[in-house]
Amino acid sequence: MKISTFGYSMRQGVKNIGRNKMFSIASVATMAACIFLFGLFYAIVVNFNYIVEKAEKGVAITVFFNEDATQAQKDAIGTKLKDTDGVLSVNYISSDEAWDNFQGDYFGESAELAEGFKSDNPLANSDNYEVYMDDVAKQKDVVDFALGLEGVRKVNKSDIVAKTLTSVNRLVGYVSIAIIIILLAVSVFLISNTVTMGVTVRREEIAIMKYIGAKDGFVRAPFIFEGLIIGFIGAVIPLVLLYFMYEKAIQYVMTRFSLLKNIIDFLPVIDVYRTLLPVGLALGVGIGFIGSFFTIRKHLRV
Amino acid sequence: MIELKDVKKEYSKGIAALNGINLKINQGEFVFIVGDSGSGKSTLISLIMKEIDPTSGTIVVNGQNLNRMKHRKIPMYRRGIGVVFQDFRLLKDRNIYENIAFAQRVTETSSRVIKKKVPAALSLVGLAQKYKSYPKELSGGEQQRVAIARAIVNEPAILLADEPTGNLDPTNSWEIMKLLEEANDRGTTVLVVTHNQEIVNEMKKRVITMKKGVIVSDEKKGGYKHEN
Repeated sequence: MKISTFGYSMRQGVKNIGRNKMFSIASVATMAACIFLFGLFYAIVVNFNYIVEKAEKGVAITVFFNEDATQAQKDAIGTKLKDTDGVLSVNYISSDEAWDNFQGDYFGESAELAEGFKSDNPLANSDNYEVYMDDVAKQKDVVDFALGLEGVRKVNKSDIVAKTLTSVNRLVGYVSIAIIIILLAVSVFLISNTVTMGVTVRREEIAIMKYIGAKDGFVRAPFIFEGLIIGFIGAVIPLVLLYFMYEKAIQYVMTRFSLLKNIIDFLPVIDVYRTLLPVGLALGVGIGFIGSFFTIRKHLRV
Repeated sequence: MIELKDVKKEYSKGIAALNGINLKINQGEFVFIVGDSGSGKSTLISLIMKEIDPTSGTIVVNGQNLNRMKHRKIPMYRRGIGVVFQDFRLLKDRNIYENIAFAQRVTETSSRVIKKKVPAALSLVGLAQKYKSYPKELSGGEQQRVAIARAIVNEPAILLADEPTGNLDPTNSWEIMKLLEEANDRGTTVLVVTHNQEIVNEMKKRVITMKKGVIVSDEKKGGYKHEN
């Protein structure tokens, strides 16, 4: 296609949008709503994943030793655990540290209640390894492995936390895929409708073009540009809106529910947009292209 | 230039719109195709434009066999044919200049050439001054002149006019026929489908008369009389 023809087709695409103002606005609005929902959902999913990931890394199993276990045996257990697949880190907690932690967790500010145990550590044989994993789904394998090691008395694990996190993560993934597929289908349908309207309104012009000797590409190009422009505008509007809303929403949540500050950490907007921006734009433009390309192909066998 | 051999066209089984047409039109000829409604004139034009394919028989135009022509080759083929309709078919939302330039843009002509050729085509039909007007601001005769300018701007070898005077008064009809004759004088083969008895009889050109899908007469300097 020549540059002048390219420019002409683009101008015609813009004019098409102007000619079918109402349909174009409706298409842009629906596309914007779809991309907005997609962006919103994406922001929730990535933040949820981020939070889950952090939580997963905080889920640890605790490996206790036999009472007669020697230091050499304990060291060997530590080394083997570190070399196990899926293990992120292994921390040795001595009996004294275990008791200090317990006092902190259990007695809190009423430390004087533990005064009676000052010279007698009730957790004397409770030195252990805290084993952190990169994926909670691997917890069962690591536990089984640890239980098989010589010198290991028992392994404390948190099955419920691990299973809940894994299944919630999976559920969110499935739901997000389903919603995104539905939104994409709706958007393609809408763009297709707008282009069909455009073709109907311009049927006579298209017939004249074909009589004069216009190639299929020349006839199709303005409609495809129309779809691309609608898709692009329909993506830019919600992406800009979401950008400002995201920051405001996090600020609001953090100030309104200040307790969450210590528990939950949200992703910065830049990190979310590193993927959301190109994907959102590609989705808008892609849907615009697919919707218009296949519709115009169907209607233009003159 | 245009040759049809044993051409038959059936839209539905058993009902022939054209039935064994044999026809040869040479380069530079001016030919009237006349006949009553349903005689097959429009089907003949549609076949030459390759809007439809014949049920049987061969059509050769400008040395190209239309039966074997692939879909992607049709645009290039049509660029060699100018076409004028009874209802003008101008784009109402564009001015006269843009309507004619449109025919050139479609053929991907450069803007530089368009700027030269559009005013020239408008001058040929006597509308150089009205290039900024919109179709609704022009009379029927002027609109048909714009349509002729659009048909000739790409300098086609063949000009097809389907009832070009059907919506015009006698004065405008004669002006349009004069423009078609001038195009013919410049070497363009002109094919005019018409009902206009007066014009056909006055111009003394080749007249092909059709009836019920067959050619009933083909006269060098013929005439035409309605059968009512």
